[in-house]
Amino acid sequence: MTSLTSLTIAEARDKLATKEFTALELTEAHLAAMERAKDLNAFIVTTPEIARDRARASDVRIQSGKAGALEGIPLGIKDLFCTEGVQTTAASHILEGFVPQYESTVSQKLRDAGSVMLGKLNLDEFAMGSSNQTSYFGPVKSPWKANNRNVTLVPGGSSGGSAAAVSGYLAMGATGTDTGGSIRQPAAFCGIVGVKPTYGRCSRWGVVAFASSLDQAGPMTRTVRDSAIMLKVMCGHDPKDSTSAPMAVPDFEAALNKGVKGLRIGIPKEYRPDGLNAEVAALWDKGMQWLKDAGATLVDISLPHTKSALPTYYIVAPAEASSNLARYDGVRYGLRVPGKSLDDMYGKTRAAGFGAEVRRRILIGTYVLSAGYYDAYYLKAQKVRALIAKDFTDAFEKCDAILTPTAPSAAFGLDDKQDDPVAMYLNDVFTVPASLAGIPGASVPAGLNSEGLPLGLQVLAKRWDEETLFSVCQVLEDAAKFPYLKVPA
Amino acid sequence: MSLDKATIRRVATLARIELPEAELEATAQQLSGIFNWIEQLREVNTDNVAPMSGGTDLKLPWRADAVTDGGITDKVLANAPEAQDGFFAVPKVVE
Repeated sequence: MTSLTSLTIAEARDKLATKEFTALELTEAHLAAMERAKDLNAFIVTTPEIARDRARASDVRIQSGKAGALEGIPLGIKDLFCTEGVQTTAASHILEGFVPQYESTVSQKLRDAGSVMLGKLNLDEFAMGSSNQTSYFGPVKSPWKANNRNVTLVPGGSSGGSAAAVSGYLAMGATGTDTGGSIRQPAAFCGIVGVKPTYGRCSRWGVVAFASSLDQAGPMTRTVRDSAIMLKVMCGHDPKDSTSAPMAVPDFEAALNKGVKGLRIGIPKEYRPDGLNAEVAALWDKGMQWLKDAGATLVDISLPHTKSALPTYYIVAPAEASSNLARYDGVRYGLRVPGKSLDDMYGKTRAAGFGAEVRRRILIGTYVLSAGYYDAYYLKAQKVRALIAKDFTDAFEKCDAILTPTAPSAAFGLDDKQDDPVAMYLNDVFTVPASLAGIPGASVPAGLNSEGLPLGLQVLAKRWDEETLFSVCQVLEDAAKFPYLKVPA
Repeated sequence: MSLDKATIRRVATLARIELPEAELEATAQQLSGIFNWIEQLREVNTDNVAPMSGGTDLKLPWRADAVTDGGITDKVLANAPEAQDGFFAVPKVVE
């Protein structure tokens, strides 16, 4: 028998239905794998007892023919989603010990569909990072190894724990959140699929806020089909989030077989800057050929404001973050460091509770929103953001989906020197524009570089057109025949 | 563009983050580097462009101005560093 942890969600769903094994057995297999792979530091908190209870309940529902869409499927939940009765930290010292009294809408939907929570996954502090190195609870290690260097690699970020857990067979799928690439970039680094849906598809209620006009939850899985299955459960209108779309949720899984025949695939020239990594460029060319072979037409497009996307993001996101993170003041939850006065208590609590990158972004955000600078920075960025969104609207007049690389490189080493924040921000150069525009995007594992490390291709689609997104992703996945990690013995 | 120590001190005060005097210079240099990079946005012509303030083009919905939740004081206070008599407790602010 193949190892239970090696199954995809779709396979496990079918085998649970035919009672080939029980949900409890499936959960136990994952709990054992998590125990063996503790060294990856993918989880901040594991919840084996909750997992076993939910798996037993799943078995009862399966027996009585009442199985939900994800019945008995063991998932990891990024520690940015509030989970009732289970510590939720956003990987920050300031929230250490915080136990939500409520469940986020997305994790509730996953729970209602019968899935089993294995634990809370590590991330960059407040989802601010591209390497998972800013977590207060220590960095996550990628389960991947370079074939010619003995270095520990980062899993990407911010959803680094999610990517490591799914690629390392510790969970069948995981939730991620994406503000500027935090689902897609770690998915690419760890050789898995990550989908950021259209802004408004998934409710943000109960998700620790980073930048509210950009934050979107999405699935991270080993296959495109599994992401389609998970996303369908995660989406849907929620009156508790005013930006949640009151729209019907399509059957994403049904879109997987549509193919790309007759589709026009846009290739943006701005995503091929001078000095683009040759292996990344070559894989992109391969991806184009795969889609062409499957019947799509390639169209050259231009997204002229691409260059402005990252600096725009680094005004908009910190501005929103500085406002969102004002709530961590040592009064209602989390850390409190005593002070001589209320203000002194605030200052000391926030200095001790936030890590360097979070402090840096709060300061940037506070500055760009402060009197005298608002128009020059924040308003200016909002206007450039409108131009970036318009670039995509114009491009989608000529094409149905866009193909680009997901990240400018493969995963880098955990110990590689990272003292320039701007250099780190460049990891998200290909993912940030779609975040600003609010359009859906996904990363599909498409090949390995010469060091044997995963590279991803990114697909972007029109707002609310995740179905086309999934059709294209499925064709790429089928053509790529990606060499997944072997299940650890 | 370069930010000086006084500016950093002012912004840190606004953000309610205590920054030791010894860290002001390094923080100023780091943020100046980031803002120098951000400055490139000035080259973008945004005349007559309406700012994009959210992630969606959907209209924000209205709802009845009615109480939808409440009566859960214990849950609200469950994570408070300090609570007293059904309230959050903070250092004395009025002498």
